[in-house]
Amino acid sequence: MDAILIERLTKTYQPMWPWERPVTVLADVSLSISRGEIFGFLGHNGAGKTTTMKILLGLLRATSGRVELLGSLAGNVASRSQVGYLPESPYFYDYLTAEEFLCFYGKLAGLAREVIQRRTAELLERVGLTESRHRQLRKFSKGMLQRIGLAQALIHDPELVILDEPMSGLDPIGRKEVRDIILSLRDHGKTVFFSTHIISDVEMLCDRVGILARGKVLALGRIEELVKEHAIQSVEVVCDGVVGAELPDVQSLATRIVQRGERCLVILSGQGHLEQVLAILRQAGGRLVSVIPHKNSLEDIFLERTNRKV
Amino acid sequence: MRAILVVAGNTYRETIRDKILYNLVLFAILLIGTSVLLGTLTIGEQSRIVNDLGLAAINLVAVIIAIFVGIGLVTKEMERRTIYTILARPITRVQFILGKYLGLGFIIVVNIAIMFAMFLATVWLSGNAIHRSLFQAVELILVETLLVMAIALFFSTFSSPILSATMTLGLYVIGHLTSDLKAIADKSQSQLTEVVLTTVYYVCPNLEFMNVKGQAASGVLVEAVYQMTATAYGLLYAGLILTGACLIFQRRDF
Ligand SMILES: Nc1ncnc2c1ncn2[C@@H]1O[C@H](COP(=O)(O)OP(=O)(O)OP(=O)(O)O)[C@@H](O)[C@H]1O
Ligand SMILES: [Mg+2]
Repeated sequence: MDAILIERLTKTYQPMWPWERPVTVLADVSLSISRGEIFGFLGHNGAGKTTTMKILLGLLRATSGRVELLGSLAGNVASRSQVGYLPESPYFYDYLTAEEFLCFYGKLAGLAREVIQRRTAELLERVGLTESRHRQLRKFSKGMLQRIGLAQALIHDPELVILDEPMSGLDPIGRKEVRDIILSLRDHGKTVFFSTHIISDVEMLCDRVGILARGKVLALGRIEELVKEHAIQSVEVVCDGVVGAELPDVQSLATRIVQRGERCLVILSGQGHLEQVLAILRQAGGRLVSVIPHKNSLEDIFLERTNRKV
Repeated sequence: MRAILVVAGNTYRETIRDKILYNLVLFAILLIGTSVLLGTLTIGEQSRIVNDLGLAAINLVAVIIAIFVGIGLVTKEMERRTIYTILARPITRVQFILGKYLGLGFIIVVNIAIMFAMFLATVWLSGNAIHRSLFQAVELILVETLLVMAIALFFSTFSSPILSATMTLGLYVIGHLTSDLKAIADKSQSQLTEVVLTTVYYVCPNLEFMNVKGQAASGVLVEAVYQMTATAYGLLYAGLILTGACLIFQRRDF
């Protein structure tokens, strides 16, 4: 059984007035996430990430398509009992203290009083808010709200955690803490589905990624596979004691040559002509400083894929 | 039921921590104070005036709370987006609405009880008899307030706070004029006016039905049957409107 199953999901916002055009935000999105996976959901602003998550939680109704969480249809009460959700830029009941807040969500999840007390203390510690536990949320900073929001999503130790941009608004320490929390969730066999704009987070954390643009899934798979699939490598050769522009053979093979005094940087579009270029440079009396192959990163794929369609 | 109670408990706590309530209670104290002053000025009819003003003040404060806090119950949660994390829990939207209603309903009961107690104290302190009819009047004030609250909640599930407030207030005023509307309809020459006004008469809640303040103030008891019919009418109407609110809320996108 998949943790999340999305089949041919479409979402069209019906306008308020008949003369306005309906907006299709998700078009035929399909993806499945197995249990125990960390899945990163990438996409530019307005791509439809938040919309997808809200449909999963039954906050929005899909126009068409099938959406399941842990084996039950999205929108059913049962589908949400083992799910924790952190919305983007969360804002919570500001008249509650951090402790009361977690307690409230524990009660909503139907936990027993002792369990709530234990989990509340544990989670406050884990998100670094133990000292602020008696403070009202109105006095919390943005990052603190993000942290308490994460704690709220985890209060009932859910099987599936859906996080909408969990790192936004956090300082570097906070981001590291969130990364650690996500990794420890995986160690406990939980499934994590999170959206982000930050590609390095995805590269560091995720088993698989999906790239969404304009409501369509443009890429889906393991990061290594995605990166390999589009491996248009470039190579940077740095060499001292030559002037690259004076070597016609190098000039014809390189995509770019940058000269800074003695030092010459030659950029090649692939490994194909590397040996040839190195030989020419050596012959011209150059002293080789470095050869750096550049692998295509997820970022390149993201930019390439999303730009092509936009 | 547990989920409803959890939401109700939180609503109760939220409203209590909002300072609005204290202000309104202060308002009631002031009005009752004024009634005492007035009462001492007018010799003879003192008891009736104190009763009149006191009951009117309780009614006004209760209805204001019902309308303005009632509208905020759901709209505030949507505006502040707190509703996302609540509805993402294993709780149905109906449970959410009922919990909200119950939470504020409890506040209203407590509030009316406190105001009524203060009012009885002023009556007693000013040396007047506490008549049983006052209890009848306040019971129907409570029923009316619960109905008005349901109406406010209903409008707020599909329209903006300002629009909801306007519509609820409008319905409140019409609700107190329905018998007049019926009278006009019966006398009217135009077929159209008659049909429209009669429809309004039957569709809008007849709030005047729950107003026995005038009689109560002069110490005239209302018949038990009337009391029970009016109570049943108000509560059933509230239930109906609340059902409507749930139906609309269930279809909403957030
Ligand atoms: N109620 C609505 N009516 C019409 N269009 C909407 C509505 N809500 C969102 N949209 C549109 O849906 C699209 C997707 O929005 P969504 O919030 O899912 O994007 P996102 O990927 O989460 O973006 P971000 O990275 O900025 O959070 C946007 O173009 C937005 O304008
Ligand atoms: Mg978003």
